[in-house]
Amino acid sequence: MALSQESFAWVADLVRRRSAIQLAGGKEYLVESRLLPLARDLTGGDVDAYVQRVRGGGHDGEHGRIVEALTTNETSWFRDSSPFTSLRTHVLPQLLSTRGSVAHLKVWSAACSTGQEPYSLAMTLTDALPPGASFEILATDLSEQVLTRARSGRYSQLEINRGLPAPLMVRHLTRVGAEWQISDGLRRTITFRAHNLLDPPPAGARFDIVFLRNVLIYFDAATKKAILDRVRRVLAPDGALVLGAAETTIGIDDSWQRVPVGTGSVYTPSRAGAAGGAPFGAPAGGPAGGPAGGPLAGGLPSPRVAPAATPAAALAGGPPGAASLAARAPLGRAVAAAGTAGSLLPRPRPAAAQPLVPGQSRPATTPRPVPAAASGAARGARPLPNASDRNPPGRSPFDRTTYDRPTPAATPVPPTRGAQR
Amino acid sequence: MRALVIDDSRTMRRIVAGNLQQLGFETYQAEHGQDALDLLDGGLEVDLCCIDWNMPVMDGLTFVSRVRADPRWRSVTLMMVTTESEQGQIVRALAAGAHEYLIKPFTPDALRDKLEFLGLTAPAWTVEEPA
Repeated sequence: MALSQESFAWVADLVRRRSAIQLAGGKEYLVESRLLPLARDLTGGDVDAYVQRVRGGGHDGEHGRIVEALTTNETSWFRDSSPFTSLRTHVLPQLLSTRGSVAHLKVWSAACSTGQEPYSLAMTLTDALPPGASFEILATDLSEQVLTRARSGRYSQLEINRGLPAPLMVRHLTRVGAEWQISDGLRRTITFRAHNLLDPPPAGARFDIVFLRNVLIYFDAATKKAILDRVRRVLAPDGALVLGAAETTIGIDDSWQRVPVGTGSVYTPSRAGAAGGAPFGAPAGGPAGGPAGGPLAGGLPSPRVAPAATPAAALAGGPPGAASLAARAPLGRAVAAAGTAGSLLPRPRPAAAQPLVPGQSRPATTPRPVPAAASGAARGARPLPNASDRNPPGRSPFDRTTYDRPTPAATPVPPTRGAQR
Repeated sequence: MRALVIDDSRTMRRIVAGNLQQLGFETYQAEHGQDALDLLDGGLEVDLCCIDWNMPVMDGLTFVSRVRADPRWRSVTLMMVTTESEQGQIVRALAAGAHEYLIKPFTPDALRDKLEFLGLTAPAWTVEEPA
């Protein structure tokens, strides 16, 4: 039976209350297709009957499953690539210029889905930070189901194919049967935790970099502004916010300053909105107002200290009742419960300098291997290596984290044979 | 932008070439490494080669090594597109000079992602907005 307007309205209301995502009329097909797998379990595939049964009570656990089914978890490695380039070429050099080369950077990957974004961030930071500098990443998502997958660091071949450069794949992952496993060293840099963007952000936490990508598009203007406001409160004054390619703060929240970087943008708290310190993009003016290498107030618990410390934190996947907003543990509470003084995660040593195959390295004639930010390159305000000096002959092909387009052929010559077949 | 698809399977050549054409590439095809080398030698200029591993006459790895050893083709981006998925094989191909490695089967999105990272396509973001 087709989804009735009444059922659709009920689902739309549930999703709006739980996630603030707006399901406007005309999206009935989306609801039907996403809820079909759930309906198969309960009502043999009749979505309308499924919704009516859930509405009838006694199936509270389904509420979370419905919300989760309707939140898009589309993700890929180095999605859109430009934000990661911006991070390496602009954001990190700026932060290091004010914090010094032994900075400890705190990064929040919000709405991290199945983990490809935080792991991509970890790979980028591992390569780009100079020796002595360190980082830790807090990765959060609404869905406990995707967080479980993210924590495992295990990906299928099809997932690996989605945007993960092969040199990084063989450096940071190991093939296990038909799947690929993220290295323990990389996993240790990330704490995964359930968090709803509608809830207060981590209490007392201060981040230097926040990736909040392809999330705001799902919210109405008031919710976007509220989320941006919460993010600004936990972002260091000289920190940077990275949004999705189709997103902006402009016209939504004026307390951000857009800084064009390459083909994209990053956002920094505007002077008026910041508590002090040099904003991103401004000349270094003494110690920034951020945590400057100190642990977060309250600290991000080390993954070893607080593994998955958020019981009943998720909307879905948890026990019945876990879906209630009240039962969701805000990050701040989890941090306080962990009671640690902040984890100073050891910076994983970049494996870049060591070819995976001893004795094999790219021939000197190699045109364009692209060892990106070589370790130690990001000292002071000096930009990380750019395309022109990123291609020394004889570098290991495994050093590459970015790619430069090869110089196009100067004069295209029509094929003499083998015409287009 | 031009691409040379090298694969002994006609079906696979069509699939890869079709995907590349969707992304705006002008495509050419070769049945094995030697066939492809002959085309390049004859003056065909391409930006990208998509190379199968196991082929008669000349395999993909040998082709990669030959192209890399010749300065005439230093601007060509080489991407293996193969069912070979052992980690050691991927390492071998990269060490020989391949820039990327796409494992079959793959989705059109996966191919686009790789090419985007290689700087061979315009960034494409697809946003599904339920509202």
